Amino acid sequence: MTEIASSSSSAYARPSATRRDIGIKRRYAAERRFRAYGMAAILTGLFFLFVLLWTVISNGYTAFQQTTVTLPIEFAEKIIDPKNERAANPSKLMSANYPLLVRDALVKALGIDPANRADVKKATDMISASARTQLRDIVVANPAVIGTTVNVPLLAEGNIDSANKGQIDLTVEESKRKVNDQQIGWMKTLTDSGAMTKNFNTGIFTFGASSRPEAAGIGVAALGSLYMMLIVLALALPIGVAASIYLEEFAPKNRLTDLIEVNINNLAAVPSIVYGLLGLSIFINFAGMPRSAALVGGLVLTLMTLPTIIIATRAALKAVPPSIRSAALGLGASKMQTIFHHVLPLAMPGVLTGTIIGLAHALGETAPLLLIGMVAFVVDYPGSPMEPSTALPVQIYMWANEAERAFVERTSGAIMILLIFLVVMNLGAILLRRRFERRW
Amino acid sequence: MNAPFILLLVLIVGLVAYLAGRSRAFATSNGKLSILHSLPGYHGMYAAICAVIPAAIILAIWALAAPAYIDGSVRGALPEAVHSQGAATTELALGQVKSVANGLKLLDEAELAALNNGSANLRDVLAAKGVPLAGAGEAYMIKSAEQFNSMTSTSHILMAVAVLVIAVAGAILALRGITAPFRARNQVERVMLWALMLASSIAILTTIGIVGSMLSEAIRFFNSVSPASFFFGTVWDPRFAAAGSEATQGQFGLLPLLAGTLYIAFVAMLFAVPIGLFAAIYMSEYAQPAVRSIAKPLLEILAGIPTIVYGFFALVTVGPFLRDISAQLNGLVTGSYVSFIQAQSVLTAGIVMGIMLIPFVSSLSDDIITQVPRALRDGSLGLGATRSETIKKVVLPAALPGIVGALLLTASRAVGETMIVVLAAGVAARMQLNPFEAMTTVTVKIVNQLTGDLEFNSPQTLVAFALGITLFCITLCLNIYALYIVRKYREQYE
Repeated sequence: MTEIASSSSSAYARPSATRRDIGIKRRYAAERRFRAYGMAAILTGLFFLFVLLWTVISNGYTAFQQTTVTLPIEFAEKIIDPKNERAANPSKLMSANYPLLVRDALVKALGIDPANRADVKKATDMISASARTQLRDIVVANPAVIGTTVNVPLLAEGNIDSANKGQIDLTVEESKRKVNDQQIGWMKTLTDSGAMTKNFNTGIFTFGASSRPEAAGIGVAALGSLYMMLIVLALALPIGVAASIYLEEFAPKNRLTDLIEVNINNLAAVPSIVYGLLGLSIFINFAGMPRSAALVGGLVLTLMTLPTIIIATRAALKAVPPSIRSAALGLGASKMQTIFHHVLPLAMPGVLTGTIIGLAHALGETAPLLLIGMVAFVVDYPGSPMEPSTALPVQIYMWANEAERAFVERTSGAIMILLIFLVVMNLGAILLRRRFERRW
Repeated sequence: MNAPFILLLVLIVGLVAYLAGRSRAFATSNGKLSILHSLPGYHGMYAAICAVIPAAIILAIWALAAPAYIDGSVRGALPEAVHSQGAATTELALGQVKSVANGLKLLDEAELAALNNGSANLRDVLAAKGVPLAGAGEAYMIKSAEQFNSMTSTSHILMAVAVLVIAVAGAILALRGITAPFRARNQVERVMLWALMLASSIAILTTIGIVGSMLSEAIRFFNSVSPASFFFGTVWDPRFAAAGSEATQGQFGLLPLLAGTLYIAFVAMLFAVPIGLFAAIYMSEYAQPAVRSIAKPLLEILAGIPTIVYGFFALVTVGPFLRDISAQLNGLVTGSYVSFIQAQSVLTAGIVMGIMLIPFVSSLSDDIITQVPRALRDGSLGLGATRSETIKKVVLPAALPGIVGALLLTASRAVGETMIVVLAAGVAARMQLNPFEAMTTVTVKIVNQLTGDLEFNSPQTLVAFALGITLFCITLCLNIYALYIVRKYREQYE
């Protein structure tokens, strides 16, 4: 009896004890694995973020430096205006042979024999072709400079700039390089004499489009983006707030308002390129607005940003407690007064946060702008939103299609500037929320 | 006197009406504001509204209708020789007349006289003033241009007078109506309510605009290409139609583009879903609040980076990296260092798009997982399940409909994504299954067909709208279904 009992109890206890042991181990291992997967997923995401930023920064930080060659340019009258007609015909100064001035100065600085054409050509190739406009602008602005010698900082050509920054592999065979040994020797001479220097690149912030990397900048594109952001802000914020107030506070609950609500949620998820097609067909073909204009871009981006602003504003209005409304109504305010004097000011931080996030989104948007003709080679600052202009992300797109090393550097530099704008805007939104958001 | 300037004048009238209305209301109250029904400001607002709104409406109608009317009568006055050559020539001539009209404004008396007696060449004279003419100017153009100029200036003067008279009349009428019991506030609020309704109808108008504009252009496309050959065609070869050239017949098969779009989106989802989902699970179930508060915003930075930056990343880093590593792998296995992954390929575009989608998947799923009630978890843990078992057997099944909705929303984003595929996927429209080669997408072709100087009425350009409406329908279906699932699911726990 006792035997049976003991044996049965041991038979009962033993297998279950071992089974539970094995099970626990396996299950805990699965638990640890599962946890590790989760951690690995987050780390993978962060790794990609890091690689992305590192690519941009490592390629782009050098874009903020530019090699310049400061040469004593002799503004010789016999080259610029040999027949002395500038008093009668000032346009002569526009078409004078300025590259010759650069050539003479360079030949003198490097001590090359002017008769050796091949050498002279190699030497002048080191200076950007934009030197012509630079010198022309100096002379046109101040014709008295003719006949004197002035030290002018000229931009170095893109490949020379890359070589000076150490981005061109000098161990490669000379014929396969964009910069030859003779030019490297001259670069050394110029650097030693203090003529060739690396300075902070202000040009990238002020220049417009150019086929030469050293003379290309984002200034013009940034102005186009600024116009568009102002249009978006001026239209999307009031319209978005008005629409949300109607939907949240006045609209009767019926089929129509349900439809509007579903519709707005859908518009927020429509691919941005569809808005480009809308802009092309309605604003440009139907309404006859000019192609490439910042006005059309601004309108398209406004339509794209509206759903974001409406959704954020409605959430902010919803968060204002009903007691505020009841108190105002109880004191005799009309519904309109209640909303505009009490509810809306309390919801304003949320509204502004949503607006800033919507604007940041619009600032980085490229696809719809490609369709309305903003892929344009714009050299001059647009004077108004009706003139042809381009946008910061579109400029990045156009540079990304260029093959030269110096353009890769500029593209990354422009991306860095764009990202800094976005970071500032988003930080502003976060600070606004932290500072003013009220918990009821 | 152009329209913006007149609008400014109207606004000034409005401001004056506001100030006058307010002070008149003060005067009516004799210092006892309580006898007024509405505050003086509302009386002022009412006067301003009466002054500005009718005038602005008339101004808008006039500014839209007058040019059409002037065009019509100038077109009618063009010589019979022009009309006989068909509508296109007439429009061209009208365009020239308009640029001549612009140029004539810059000329002085003597030059005008020379032009009128035929002693000066129209084109040369205008070119000297910086107005280029497309064709040689003809004599009738000067007359038509003068007619155009005189009608335009008459219209401007009439418009200015009419609009200003209406504005002032509105203001005076409103000011005369100010009395103590007048319910100005109710009137003003009614107008405000209309304005609010108008603003919220813009959302509907946008949708109607999208559907209407794309549908009408797509129908024009389907007039020259049959819908069957578009939707079921397997060859995409639109040919090139330069402006002014004879229309060339191309083949517009949607299927290769759709295949590329779905393939790339599939690769992207394959990459983003496991990472995003596991990240969301870890963040909602395991992570310490401190870790979560750092990792979540960092991951969401990925969502805030513009897509053009991802495109550049694919072009400069990921594409060349995959190409080089495939060459190395091939070399290790077969000895020949030839890359089998192209720099622009389905894989490149898919991976980079996947990186972009990670935060979408993770934050949408995170929201849904945290919405699963605490009690379900506690019950499962109380029965002895480990945390991962609770997640796999209780939390995820409960959250599944919501997660599917989130994934559908993400997929719709992948299908509509443009800049990454433009830079990373290539332009070759092929139907094939090798992820290491280039394929192209609907969005890439929309961009390709619409950039550059193309003739707008050719099927080569209009096809972009047919592609656009296809894309819109696909994403619309995905979105509506996803929103439906997410909404339905959310209601279960509320």
